[in-house]
Amino acid sequence: MGEMPQEVATSMALPWWSVLLLPVLLGVATWVVLACDAALEARPVGGPAGMGPAVAAPLRETARLLVGQRRRTLAGDRVLGGIGGAALPVAAVLAAAVLPLGERPVADLSIGVVWFNAMEVVAWAAVWMVGWGSNSALGLVGGYRFVAQGLAYELPHMFAIITAALGAESLRLTTIVDAQRDLWFVVIMPVAFAVYLLSAAAMAFWGPFDTPLSREVAGGAAVELAGVDRLVFVGGRWLLLVVAAAMAVPLFLGGGVGPLLPAWAWAVVKTAAVLALLVWLRRRFPAVRMDRFTEFAWVVLIPLTIAQALVVALVVLQRGGM
Amino acid sequence: MLPIILFWVLAIGALVLGYLVFRLDSMAQVTFALLGSFLAVAGLVLLLGLAYLGAVIVLMMIIEMVIMAVFMIMYMMNPAGLMPMTMVHNKVGSAAIAIGTFVVLAAGILLVDWPGREGAPAPDPTFALGEALMGGQMLTMMTLGVGLFATIVATVVLSTDRGRYDRLGDDLRAPRADGPAGGGVGR
Repeated sequence: MGEMPQEVATSMALPWWSVLLLPVLLGVATWVVLACDAALEARPVGGPAGMGPAVAAPLRETARLLVGQRRRTLAGDRVLGGIGGAALPVAAVLAAAVLPLGERPVADLSIGVVWFNAMEVVAWAAVWMVGWGSNSALGLVGGYRFVAQGLAYELPHMFAIITAALGAESLRLTTIVDAQRDLWFVVIMPVAFAVYLLSAAAMAFWGPFDTPLSREVAGGAAVELAGVDRLVFVGGRWLLLVVAAAMAVPLFLGGGVGPLLPAWAWAVVKTAAVLALLVWLRRRFPAVRMDRFTEFAWVVLIPLTIAQALVVALVVLQRGGM
Repeated sequence: MLPIILFWVLAIGALVLGYLVFRLDSMAQVTFALLGSFLAVAGLVLLLGLAYLGAVIVLMMIIEMVIMAVFMIMYMMNPAGLMPMTMVHNKVGSAAIAIGTFVVLAAGILLVDWPGREGAPAPDPTFALGEALMGGQMLTMMTLGVGLFATIVATVVLSTDRGRYDRLGDDLRAPRADGPAGGGVGR
């Protein structure tokens, strides 16, 4: 203890123009996930089968929303609603700035993990603001549901990601990836990984955690969104899902490390695997009610993740770290 | 040049948003104006090169202000919270205190004869902060943490009208807890 870590000066950031590339990459990834989800959706409901219509489905929906009318409600709070809707995709892209695209991220921040956490938590404010902004009871119900959900998933989530940082003794994501050259963190911290996956679904209000936008409240927080507003909000939600899934790769799955293929290809493969798991999760499990999940999260998940962090701390100490 | 422009944009943004807290007529907008002011301050902290502290301010303030919005609306607006309402608790007094504090602090910044810098900042401020908290100040921080936690628990215990005997019966042997919310782990 006492000496500074060597990683201070080294930065592995990509050149500045990669900032422009990032939204494009995320958009393409989102398109692929949407297409796969649409293909799976088409099977049980008997829609047009096959990948062809599924690949076109996101484009068609985007075009429909782009030309569609925006909806204004009586005495709605358009300022907060607008800010909330726009904040979701912006936060998702900003969170992805520290994501190693292969080996190097767009911004190799020394506090990458905290930055990701801070950007991802913008969803709390965004969903609540959108739900509030429409001046609709159902929208408000959806917004409040997401705040309750946030209270449930956020603390286990923080413990999970900080366990990965603890294992690498750094908050910098490239250093965390480097620390996994011999052994992926998912092996020594399986509980943290599982909790992270749950919280990734919860923060993007996805799958079993989609009650803030669920059908039984007519679409919840997004109930009055139409046209471009809906495109931005729902698109932001998908981006957030992709970013959260992609972040599991550098945190727990060894980043771009792997044989034969280049680093970026491994990152893509692993991200696709995590996303497939999340898409499967949605189809496999019924909606989770927050009044049931909150107690489980606080009474079971938080102690589990703290115990996990303790185990990892002992491993690090035993390795001679710190 | 860019840091100077950023400084002024963030500084003026923090002040204007802080002022809007007293001007807006919706508790929701007031809460998020306050959040915007805090985020501008977080930007200033980032500008100082304190990346960890800046990011943590963003993280904490967003969570805090969203929860705050729930309570502000619950206590200060009508039940649905959808009608205009403004902060009416000693508005003039609190505005005077806020502006007065700002003027005193700003005057202090400009008038005090600051000493020149001695020594150099730590190469990694995050590491230095961690070392300070977990090293020399560890006892203080641990006491503070436990004290805060005890306060939270005590407040909840004092304010709730239901205890474990209501949930689990007089002998604490009910097979499932009788909780108002239902669900959970059953205890």
